[in-house]
Parts: sequence; structure tokens; C-alpha cells
Amino acid sequence: MTQSEAAETGLGSEASGVRRRDFIEVAAVSAAGVGALAALVPLISQMSPSADVLAEASTEVDISAIAVGQAIKAVFRKQPVFVRHLTPEEISKADAVPLSELRDPETLEQRTKPGKTQWLITMGVCTHLGCVPLGTAEGEPKGEFGGYFCPCHGSQYDTAARIRKGPAPKNLVVPDYAFTSPTVVKIG
Amino acid sequence: MSFPWANEYKPSHPAMVWLDEKLPLPRFVFNAVGAGYPVPRNLNYMWNFGVLAGFCLMLQIVTGVILAMHYAADTSVAFNSTEHIMRDVNWGWMLRYAHANGASAFFVVVYAHIFRGFYFGSYKAPREMIWLLGVVIFLLMMATAFMGYVLPWGQMSFWGAQVITGLFSAIPLVGDALHTWLLGGFAPDQAALNRFFSLHFLLPFVILGVVILHIWALHIPGSSNPTGVEVKSESDTVPFHPYYTAKDGFGLAVFLFLYCAMLFFFPNALGHPDNYIPANPMQTPAHIVPEWYFWPFYAILRAFTADLTIPFTHVVLVPAKLLGVLAMFSAILVWFALPWLDTSPVRSGHYRPTFRKIYWLLVIDVVILGYCGGSPAEEPFVMISQIAAAYYFLHFFIILPLVSLIETPQPLPFSITESVLGKDVETTPAPAE
Amino acid sequence: MVRLISALIGAFFTLCLLIAFGTGLISYIKEPPAKTVEAAFHKHPGELALQSDGAFGSFDRQQLQRGFQVYKEVCSACHAIKYVAFRDLKELGYNDPEVKAIAAGFKVPVYNPGTGELKTRDGVPTDHFPPVVYGGSGTPPDLSLITKARHGGASYVHALLTGYAEQPAELLKKYPESKTPDGLFYNPYFANLNIAMPPPLASEGQVSYKDGTKATVDQMATDVAAFLVWTAEPKLEKRHQTGWPVLGFLLFASVLAYMAYRNVWADKKH
Repeated sequence: MTQSEAAETGLGSEASGVRRRDFIEVAAVSAAGVGALAALVPLISQMSPSADVLAEASTEVDISAIAVGQAIKAVFRKQPVFVRHLTPEEISKADAVPLSELRDPETLEQRTKPGKTQWLITMGVCTHLGCVPLGTAEGEPKGEFGGYFCPCHGSQYDTAARIRKGPAPKNLVVPDYAFTSPTVVKIG
Repeated sequence: MSFPWANEYKPSHPAMVWLDEKLPLPRFVFNAVGAGYPVPRNLNYMWNFGVLAGFCLMLQIVTGVILAMHYAADTSVAFNSTEHIMRDVNWGWMLRYAHANGASAFFVVVYAHIFRGFYFGSYKAPREMIWLLGVVIFLLMMATAFMGYVLPWGQMSFWGAQVITGLFSAIPLVGDALHTWLLGGFAPDQAALNRFFSLHFLLPFVILGVVILHIWALHIPGSSNPTGVEVKSESDTVPFHPYYTAKDGFGLAVFLFLYCAMLFFFPNALGHPDNYIPANPMQTPAHIVPEWYFWPFYAILRAFTADLTIPFTHVVLVPAKLLGVLAMFSAILVWFALPWLDTSPVRSGHYRPTFRKIYWLLVIDVVILGYCGGSPAEEPFVMISQIAAAYYFLHFFIILPLVSLIETPQPLPFSITESVLGKDVETTPAPAE
Repeated sequence: MVRLISALIGAFFTLCLLIAFGTGLISYIKEPPAKTVEAAFHKHPGELALQSDGAFGSFDRQQLQRGFQVYKEVCSACHAIKYVAFRDLKELGYNDPEVKAIAAGFKVPVYNPGTGELKTRDGVPTDHFPPVVYGGSGTPPDLSLITKARHGGASYVHALLTGYAEQPAELLKKYPESKTPDGLFYNPYFANLNIAMPPPLASEGQVSYKDGTKATVDQMATDVAAFLVWTAEPKLEKRHQTGWPVLGFLLFASVLAYMAYRNVWADKKH
């Protein structure tokens, strides 16, 4: 194997010879080290998302069928995304909350696109430990604040999907998205 | 082991002293493959292949564990998941080619290691146990390689599984039941694929265990050497480290160069095109061949084309199919008896003129068998393989024992040192110790 | 004792082999195996020079696009390339909108588990090329891996596409029972000489290349063969690009390791 250590070598030769030998052996061992490190690159990067997974990193959602007050779950990166068509009451309720009361202060406007405040698009992943909060489907509990309620540990989100009560530290994450047409949203 | 002059492990750093008292692992490594293992000074390059085989085993385990992260052992998706590895997984193509060509490289190295053992009589006392364990490793490798080839679930995978498990149906009385039991069905399918995957993952670690025993057994008498003369004094040996670590490092670099040339530029040269066709249980490929490393044994299997009958009647004593299976297994199992078949007191082929001739005949014979095994089952290959297989059996079962009885060996050197220096005294300035 | 038993076993197997050899030899002399029609008339493909050949091989993207056009306009009526995804076409030099447009031109099946309905929708870049429903005789193979799944690879594809011919008179004279059956086509490059696929590239100009290349039958066959090399081994270029630095490094490491080995052994004769 290649772990030959320079110290072991150059037995009984004159000083100048020892130096040259040390150099060659250190170089050989270093080359082996460099090669081993380079070989680690594919061994490690194979665990990163593969090309097909990365290719699915954007999703197009048709929102034309979502009536006011309704919400749907779409899939983005194999995770749920909540697309919610807010009612005017829900918007005013969200706007009425002073930022100072919020654990993670953000306005509804910051969390939606300009002129599209009625479209609240967030990840459906609780920022506590990753459960899917309830509140999208008809009849599901929406929690004390009328938004989403996570059944795992009782986190409650308001109508702007901001954390109001319970263990979650952050608001539901707003993914990168854009309206590609008035009725189509491209997420990711 | 071993020789009284072996260097002793003397840790200087207090942490290493502490560790040596609690868990003498560094001492163990030092005595196994470090400066504490005295090795004959005259080993030639044929002695590089043991370390290379160990490297190949680790290479296969590492790449195999990684492939298993992406592979799915389900008949409906196994082929797709292999293509997924080739196309979408980061560096997946390289890892898969590394594993497939790694299997071939492993067999190249192991065949070199085995034939070195044949030539230099490495199987003889006191090293019989090393040899026996080595044959066990080879058998396990064959099983592992066969099951691994089934996993991509291509045409050759499927029909290879069909044909090789079919061998077991030749066994009288229980054959058919055994065949069905092995497959978990009447043909290779989900049950077979899943168990092959499980065993293909397990067996390399079993091999690793037997390799450890193989090396342990090696350290009892110490390494053999090209003269076959046992070590007599300190001047016959050098410490494994740095002498053989340096030489094995060079061997490893050359091996990696050749292996990577295959991997990057001819990755499919040793494979068969049919295995890029998904398995189709309704259609057999025109010409079923196993991977090249099985060819000699496959040729022996196919060489038995005639039933053994009572002369001048049609009463079949042993059907041809059973004969082929028995012969193929005997062709390997006879290696277990080798230490007792070759009774010549001289180990190395260097000093055995007649043995040397039959050894090279055997090498040529195995190459011919390999060529026939990779060719279609038609004439003249069948007749050639019959003659070649007959010589194979004659060699191991009759000629080798006979030669070892009647041959007059050439005079052996007094010692390893004498063979190297011409006389048994170190003439170069003694190392300052 | 061991040697006695072994001698008996060895003699037994040798005897069996000699019997088998003798039986085989007698029947070989009595009835020499007749040359089959395939053995007599099957042709092996000649050389086809592509830019992807050899250790320095790379892809000619212009040619791959032409080959894809041939595949799309001719082959895709019967043959799928299901291991290829539309997104992969970006490697051929198409940009995102082009890939999107190509994908939208294919119908992808979608199964609705709620209703049990099987419907189709327009393809998107993340989809794979859809399976092709084929109603005729024969079983058109998936072409994704065809250049790796046949001896001869790309040259086989090219030879097969351009190799249709009349059955030679000599063949009919020697093997009158081997007349190509109705509905099949004589092609000496096909393993059993008679292929169910009608000549797909029948006339010059069957596709019109955007880059102005003249679409001769040979050109179309070469281009589609080049394209199928890519579908079978899309990482070929990357493999070659990785291989050379790796080999260079290992050569350097081997020289260094040799020098280190000589140094370590410098004062030990062996």
C-alpha cells in the first residue's frame, strides 16, 4: 500500500541522498492522497438530487378553478404547496394585525405578489418539524386564527399563513413563484 | 507469527501507548501489514496480486453499496433503475461502469493470484489452509458475480439466471424441487431477483470475513516466495513496510491505470449487448453466454454432450446434463485436493522442469476452454472443448500427481539470500539499525 | 488413497468426454452440419465513421439534431425511446422553449386512479418520450439503447437502414425454402435475414434538414445512427473528458510510485 512513511526509509545512506528520497516518497504518498480525495467527489455527490429530481424542481399550477375562499394542495419538489384564494375578510383580518404582535413579522403584501394579494401561496410544511398543516380542504380545522392548524404539535397560522401560536418558529415558507399568466403560476 | 527477528511495535507517543494497552489495533496492523511482518526479500511482481485482490474487494463493496442506494430490486423497475443510474444520478454512469468492470478486474487479479499459486506451489504444506480458504473465496466470488449479473434484469441477466439455476435440476431425485426452491418459483421472477439482490449484498461481506481468515492463515507460516525455499535467517526477509507497501503501491497505481482505461474508454467491451435489452421471459437470446470469467467452466459444462450408457444398450447410467454439472463443479473442487495430489517436496515450478511444461500446457488449455466457452455451442468449438476439458481433468487428477512422483527436480538454492546474492552472506553494507 | 480416488474420478470424466467427442466426431463426419442460410448470407456491417468514435470521441450536435429530426419524423411512428426524457434534448443544443415545444408535440398517457380513466396530455420537459402503440406485425424495439444492445452498434443501425435489397438469386437457388415470406423484407444485415420493418428511409429528401444538409438516404441513416449513439450513451462525452485527466494523473502517479519503490529498495538487492 502507499502509506510508506518517509521516516522509514533512507537507511544508512548519506545525507543528501536521504533528502531526495524523502522528497520522492512524500510526493508519492501525497499523490495517493490527492487521488483518494478526488475519488471521493463522485462518491459523495452521487447522493445529491439526481437530474430527474432537479428537473422536477419547478411546477406549474392552474389556479383558474380555485374559487374565493378555497384552497388547493399542489405538489412542488414532492412536498405540498398551499394555494389559497383569500376572501376580502381574510385579507383585512391579516392586514389588521400589528407587526409587533408577530413572532416572524411579515405583512401579507410581503408574502404575496403585488396586485395579487388574494393569492396566498405557501409551502404546506410546518416550520416546526415538517408536518402538513390542516386547513386547505373544506371542513378541516383552520385553527384559532382562521389560517392553518398543524395537528402534530398544535402550531396555529393566520390567514396570511403566519405563525401565531404553538411551537413553530417561522411563518409558512413562501416559495419562489411567478404568474406566467393570470391563471397559471410557476412555482420554483 | 513469526520469525524471532520481526520488529516489535514500540509506540512512542503516550496516546498510542495508551491505545496499545486498551485496544492494540495499531500493533495488530503493524504486525499484519506493517514493519512487524518479515517477508521474503525475493518476491516478484506475481506477489502483487494478493493486495490487488483485497483492493478490488473494497472497490466492489464501496461502489456496490452506492449503487444499492439507487437500484430497485423489482422486476418492473430494475432495468429502469439501472438506466436511471446511467443517465440521471450524479456520476452514476461512472459508478456503475466502475462496478461492472470492477468485477472483471477482480477476476483478472484473482486468476493471476491463483495461477501464481499453481506455478509456485503455494498450496503446499505448511500453507494448505491458506489455499483452502482461497478456493472458498473463489467459490463465493463466483456466486456473488453470478447474482450481481442478474440484477440489471436484462436479457442475459434473466437467461443466465434461468440456465445456471437450471443446473441444479440435474441433481437426481431432488433436482426439480431444489430448482424451484432456489428461484422461489418456476422461472426467474420477483422472488428470485429479490433474494439475489439480498445475497449479492451479503456475500461480499462473507468474502471479506474469509479474506481475513486467509490473511491470518498466511501469517502463521509467512509468505511463500519464488524459490519455494523456506525462510532461514533474517537476511532472507525484509519488513513488509516500507518494502512491500512501496512495491504494492506501485502495483496498485499500474492496476488503476489499466482499470481506468477500461472504465472510461471501453466500458462495455467485456459486457454483452443483449444485457441492454430488458428481460423478456418469452424470448431467449440467440446465444447465451455468461461473463468471460466463467467461460472455461461453462465450456466444461457444455462439453458433456453424450449420456453415459451401459455399452451396447440404451440404458442411461448418468445423463449428459448431470455429467456436465458434476464435471463443472469437480473442475473447481479438485483444487481443494491439490495440496495432497501434488506430493513433490519442491514447491516452485522454477526447479521442476516437467511440472513447468504441464503447467504451461494447462494455461494454454484453460485459455482454449475459455475461448470455446465464449463461442456458440456448435462445431468445431464443442469438439475442441471436449479435448480441452479432457486435458484439464487429466492434468489435475492424473498427470500432476504422477509427475510429482516421478520427476527429478533441479537443485534448490540453499537459501533465499543465496538465490538473490549468489552466496548466503549479505555483501552490501549492512543497514544501520 | 487420495491419489487413487482422484485418478479414478479423472479417468471417469476423461472417458465420458472421449465418448462424447467420438460420438460428436462420427456424426460430424457422417452428416457434416449444413451451412444455414443465415451463416451463408448474413453480412456484418462495415465501418461507420462518427465523431463519437474512439477515445477522443465527442458529439456533433448539429448531426444529433438532424438525427433527432429523422427519428421524430420517421422512426417515432413505431419506435419509442422511453429511457430518454425531453429535458435531455437540451444536451443536443436545443434551448428551453424549443424543448418545451418538442415535448408538447408528444402525447403522454396519464392514468387517473380516481376515475380509472386513461387519458393523454401534452408532454412537458420532465416527461420521458412516451411509449408507442404499434398495431402492425412485428415488435418494434425501443431504440433508446439500441446502439449498445446490438453487435456493431451505430454501424449496425446504419447498415440495416441502408441494407434492404432483393433476395439474391443464388440464395433462392440454394435455399428455395428460404424465400422471404410475404410481409417481411430481405435485409442481409438482420440476424435472420428477413425483417418485418419496411424500408423506413426510402427516398432522398424524406426529411428536409433545416441546416441545408442534403438528405440522402445514407446521410439520414448516418444521422439517426449518431443520434441513437447519444440516446444510448448520453454521458459518452463526459466519460471521455473525465477519462483523460484521470489516466494522466494515474500515469504520473505510477511513475512516482515506481521511483518511490526503487528508492525504498535501493540498498536491498532482490
